Amino acid sequence: MTAEGANGALLTVEHLKLYFPIKKGLLVDRTTDYVHAVDDVSFSMREGETLGVVGESGCGKTTLARCLIRLLDPTDGKIVFRDRDITRAGRRELAPVRKDMQMVFQDPQASLNPRKRVGQIVGAPLRLQGVEGEEVNRRVRELLDLVGLSPEHVNRFPHEFSGGQRQRIGIARALAVDPKLIMLDEPVSALDVSIQAQVINLLDDLQEGLGLSYVFVAHDLSVVRHVSERIAVMYLGKIVELSPAEELYVKPIHPYTKALLSAIPIPDPHQHRARERVVVGGEPPSPIDPPSGCRFHTRCPYATEVCREVEPPLAEYPGGHVAACHHPLNVSEADMAAVRRSELSPLSSGEELPSAT
Amino acid sequence: MSDRLLDIRDLKVSFNTEDGVVRAVDGVSLAVEPGQVLAVVGESGSGKSVTVMTVLGLTRSPNANFEGSVTYQGTDLVTASDEELRRVRGAEIAMIFQDPMASLDPVYKIGDQIAEQILAHEDVSKEAAHTRAIELLDRVGIPRARDRVDAYPHEFSGGMRQRVMIAMALSCSPSVLIADEPTTALDVTIQAQILKELDGLRAATDAGIILVTHDLGVVADIADRVLVMYGGRVVEEGTLDEIFYDPQHPYTWGLLGSIPRLDRGRADRLPAIPGLPPSLLSPPEGCHFRPRCPHAFDKCTQVPPLEERSGNPGHRDRCWLDVEAKRTRRIVGDQIGLAAEVTA
Repeated sequence: MTAEGANGALLTVEHLKLYFPIKKGLLVDRTTDYVHAVDDVSFSMREGETLGVVGESGCGKTTLARCLIRLLDPTDGKIVFRDRDITRAGRRELAPVRKDMQMVFQDPQASLNPRKRVGQIVGAPLRLQGVEGEEVNRRVRELLDLVGLSPEHVNRFPHEFSGGQRQRIGIARALAVDPKLIMLDEPVSALDVSIQAQVINLLDDLQEGLGLSYVFVAHDLSVVRHVSERIAVMYLGKIVELSPAEELYVKPIHPYTKALLSAIPIPDPHQHRARERVVVGGEPPSPIDPPSGCRFHTRCPYATEVCREVEPPLAEYPGGHVAACHHPLNVSEADMAAVRRSELSPLSSGEELPSAT
Repeated sequence: MSDRLLDIRDLKVSFNTEDGVVRAVDGVSLAVEPGQVLAVVGESGSGKSVTVMTVLGLTRSPNANFEGSVTYQGTDLVTASDEELRRVRGAEIAMIFQDPMASLDPVYKIGDQIAEQILAHEDVSKEAAHTRAIELLDRVGIPRARDRVDAYPHEFSGGMRQRVMIAMALSCSPSVLIADEPTTALDVTIQAQILKELDGLRAATDAGIILVTHDLGVVADIADRVLVMYGGRVVEEGTLDEIFYDPQHPYTWGLLGSIPRLDRGRADRLPAIPGLPPSLLSPPEGCHFRPRCPHAFDKCTQVPPLEERSGNPGHRDRCWLDVEAKRTRRIVGDQIGLAAEVTA
C-alpha cells in the first residue's frame, strides 16, 4: 500500500499490557497489587487513518494513548511504529520517533506553560529537533496561521487566549515537527459545543492537507463517530469491540457498546422519547481485581454462566467487525457462519467462538 | 403565571474588575414552577452560572453590583440579609454543583456532611440526622448505604459522589433545586442514571428544578422549558418543543446545528458557529450575537427586546429578523442550523 513496511501498517500493537504497581509499606516498597490499566490490547492502523478509542473513565483509553507514544513504559507486549519496534527503545532511540508521533492533551490550560509565550511553546519542539534562529520564528508563524490563529500572537501568553484558541496552540505545537501520527486525548471535551465544531473541522482539514493519522481518544461517542474511520471500544483495559465507524452505530455487537450508545441523550425531544434505552446499572468494577471471564458480565443484561467463566476471544465478523462477546447482538446467521477467531484476541481468552443464540 | 416558586425579574449582575466592569448578567427574568424542569442553556461566559448562583447569594462580594429582584415566598433574595439567606439555602433552595469532588469536604465522612446540613436547619438529634443520612443515600441509589455512610469522599467514584450531592440537596426537602451542570463531569452511562434520578425526584417531590447545562442532549432528555442565554442575556425562551422545532434566534440555530448527532448520517463537516463569544467587558453594541451572525443587518445595532414573536404565547426571543424570513433562513441543508454565509 505504502512504503511503510510489508503490511502497510503505520502502527501495530500486539498484546500490549500496562500494569501500574500498587505499593505499600513504610520502609520497603512492596508491590501488593496491580492496576490492570491496559490488559492485552492488539490492533494495527494504516497511514492516514483515524482510529477512535472510546470508553468510560478508567477504561484505560488515555493510558493506552500515552503508552503508544511511550510516555509510559509498557509492562508487556509490542509496539511497532513504521517497522521499528519501539517497545523498549531508550531515550536516544526514541528521539527520532517522537518527531513522527505527537500528542495533543485534554486540558489546554494545564498543558501549556503559563510563563512561556506562544512563540516559545510552539517553537520548543522545533528547537529540540535542531531547528535554529530565524527559521524557528518563521515556522512558528506558519504554524499559527495553519491552525487559524493570527501570526501576530507569537508574543502573547496562554492566559490571553480562550479555551478553543489554547487547544489550537496545543495542536500547532504537535504539528511543529511534521508528525505522521498524532494522539488526540479528549481534544475537544473541555470546549463549548460551538467551539468543539470549529476544532473538529480544523483537525479534519489538517488531516486532509498534511496526510496525518490520528488516534482519537474520547468518551463522547457522537464526536468520535464524526472523525473516525474505525472505532475501538474499551472496557476495563480491554478492547471489547473494534469496527468500522458507521457499522458500530448501526449494529453494535457487544452489549456494552449498545449500552454506551443508548446512554447518549439525543438532542431531539421526539426521537428521544421514542427511543428504546438500555440504562446499564452500576459502575465499572475495579481494574485492580477485574471480574473473571468477560469483564462486563457484572453489568451485562445478557450474561450467562459461560460469561463468568470464560473470557471471550475477539471474534471477527464479516466487514472487519471484531467483538469479544459470547452472546453477540445484531448478527445474522450468515455472519455467524463466517465468524472466526481474530488474531487480536487476548492470550488469556478462550478458544470457543460465540454460537448463535 | 400560575404558582411561581421562584421569580427572577430583570436581574443584572456586574463585577468591577481592574480592567473595567464585567456585565455578567444583563437583565435576566425567569420563573420556576413546581414539578417543572427549567433548563438554562449557554456557553461558558453566557452568565448562566452567575444567574443561578445569585439566587443563593453566592456571588455577593464587594466588587459585585446587583439590580433587579429574585423573589422567593415574598422575600427578595438579592437584598436579603445573610441571616435570611442562611435559612433559605439548603433548606428551601438547594444546589447541586458541577464538580462533586470540589464540593465535598475530603476530611469528613459522607454521612456527617449530610447530617450537618440537616442539623443546621432542623431541631433533631444527631442520631436522627444520621439515620436520615442513611435513608437519603439509599434513596439516591447508593448500595449498602448503612456501611457507606461512614466512607470518605475519596472512596467514592465520580457518579457516586454526585449521588451524595443529590442526597445532600434533598436532605431538607427543598422546593427549588438548582443543578449546575450536574452531569458534565460524568460518563454517559452514569449521566443517564443521574438524569433518571433527577426525573424521578421531580415526580416524587414536586420540586421545581433549574438545570444549568450546555448539553442539548441532556435538555431534550429532561427539560420542560428552556432558556437560551448568550453574552449575559436571554436570547430565547420557550417550551422544549418550541426551542427544538421552532427556534427563533440564530444563536439557537447555531447551537442545534453544531452538535454531532448520532441520530443522523455523518456530515462531512460540522457546521460551526464562526468567531468567539463576546467579551463581557466590552460587549458589542446592540445584539450581542451580531458579530457572529451571518443574518445580521442594520437594525441589529439596537438591542432587540425579549418579545413573543413566533405567535406562541410564552415563546420569546431577541431577534429583529422577520418571523417568516426566519423559518426559511434557519434551514441549512435539510436541518436547522446557522448558514455559513447568507446570499441575500
